[in-house]
Amino acid sequence: MQPFIEMNKLNLYYGEFHALKDVSVQIPERAITAFIGPSGCGKSTLLRTLNRMNDRIPGARVEGRVAIGGIDIYSGEVHVESLRKKIGMVFQQPNPFPKSIYDNVAFGPKQHGIRGKKKLDELVEQSLRSAVLWDEVKDDLRRPALSLSGGQQQRLCIARALAVEPDILLMDEATSALDPISTFKIEELTHELKDRYTIVMVTHNMQQAARVSQQTVFFLNGEVIEHDATRQLFANPVDSRTQDYISGRFG
Amino acid sequence: MIDMNPSTNSKAPAELGQSFGKTSGSKFDRKARLRWSNQLFRMICIGSALFVCLVLLCILVLMLRTGVLTFSNVSLTEFFFSTNWDPENEHYGALTFILGTLALTSLTMLISIPISVIIAVFLAEMTPKWLRNLLRPVLDLLVGIPSVVYGFLGLTLLIPWLRNLSGHDLADGLLAASIVLTIMVLPTISRISDDAISAVPNKYRDAAYALGANRFQTVFRVVLPAARSGIMYAVILGMARAIGETMAVVMVIGNTAQLPNSLFTPTAVLTSNIVMQISSVEFDSTWNYGLYMMGFILLAISLLMIVAVRILQKKGGRYS
Repeated sequence: MQPFIEMNKLNLYYGEFHALKDVSVQIPERAITAFIGPSGCGKSTLLRTLNRMNDRIPGARVEGRVAIGGIDIYSGEVHVESLRKKIGMVFQQPNPFPKSIYDNVAFGPKQHGIRGKKKLDELVEQSLRSAVLWDEVKDDLRRPALSLSGGQQQRLCIARALAVEPDILLMDEATSALDPISTFKIEELTHELKDRYTIVMVTHNMQQAARVSQQTVFFLNGEVIEHDATRQLFANPVDSRTQDYISGRFG
Repeated sequence: MIDMNPSTNSKAPAELGQSFGKTSGSKFDRKARLRWSNQLFRMICIGSALFVCLVLLCILVLMLRTGVLTFSNVSLTEFFFSTNWDPENEHYGALTFILGTLALTSLTMLISIPISVIIAVFLAEMTPKWLRNLLRPVLDLLVGIPSVVYGFLGLTLLIPWLRNLSGHDLADGLLAASIVLTIMVLPTISRISDDAISAVPNKYRDAAYALGANRFQTVFRVVLPAARSGIMYAVILGMARAIGETMAVVMVIGNTAQLPNSLFTPTAVLTSNIVMQISSVEFDSTWNYGLYMMGFILLAISLLMIVAVRILQKKGGRYS
């Protein structure tokens, strides 16, 4: 497979703390790649370097190369806002804005200059359909987003991310705050989305990684321990630490 | 309560059930004591709430009771719709002062709300930490400065400057008063708004930035709307202070009972007129009653404005 996101000798520091050590990972296009590893191993940090959300953290410093579609996103010419438009992100806690469902989904497109009710209406419907939320909310799009259930809120956040028409979707433990049924729905959804988007997900849940992803990367203390096709990594891990982690001996 | 005496323990379980309802003999056992203290606390809370309402009611009644005596000598229409305030010649038209208060408050809010919100955004979202730690205490100190001091500043610095600027002989008037009031309410509104903006959860900012919004879009389309109710509250407090402010206003407004034809014409508002005249009127005169009535109107305006803002806030706050 053609690598779409390439990280080469990536190092990240929070002040003195060395959070990512010489990370080199290649992520294929239109597939789901899962980052697994114990808490604090740097997998969320790595996810946040992909859309440069770490720029907002004072004292964070990145060295090395991260290229998306061949373009180094840390070079001076890259416009951060345009980069983030191409990379949607879904967070651990559902975080819809305290606005209506419609305004939540239309927020991104509006910020990028899309005007006109008809165009926005279409985008909102299409995004909500992609996030399999349309049938549940189509009767009243003016409802406050915060009146939805947690699982619905998370799918709304996915719809909101899809509305800016990204190429990549980053999911930072997107199901860890949800009940099993909502989790299942979101997993099904990612399965459908992977034909159109490159998905990178961070998860604590190894069964989830095994169920939904095609590629899995195992992290420990800021280093990549093992990266392989998911089936291969779970069936025949090469490194003994991977073996220990996936069999539940630590983490 | 379960009786733990060995004698009762040996009895049949059926009787154990009965002993639940019984008191152990002492008049003040735990259950009765708990019920009593719960009730007492409840009564204290309800009592305090009622007391506050009672105080408000008493103030309203006291002002109104003396105020309405005005209308035994003056018609309602004259008092509310005439601008001729000349008590020595039996003219009691208070419209000038009512309009003056409304105009002064609106003008003050018009100037101070945008500036305060910008200061608050600057403090909460953009300032480096060391500057923020310096500015916040400074603003807090500004809130506590006595209003007379602001009046002096207006008198000695602002008025001469306005005279030069406008070319009027006397620059006292609505503009001078509203600038002084703006400086007075600015720290209040901006600090409370600052707290409201800082309290907006970071997850909303994360969401906006992750969608590719820039800082301006994030602040004005996500953070400020989310902080709206707190900012409204800050505005209410600032407005209440502006409506009721007396000393600083007296010193710069000119204290002339005439409708202003420009922002630089000496005029008067409810507070300034009351405080200038109350010490020189006879106790039992219509003049005195008229001043009480003006006090009541002031009270009513500020209460109405607060209610209005609350209603606005409820309508606007549907999603928060």
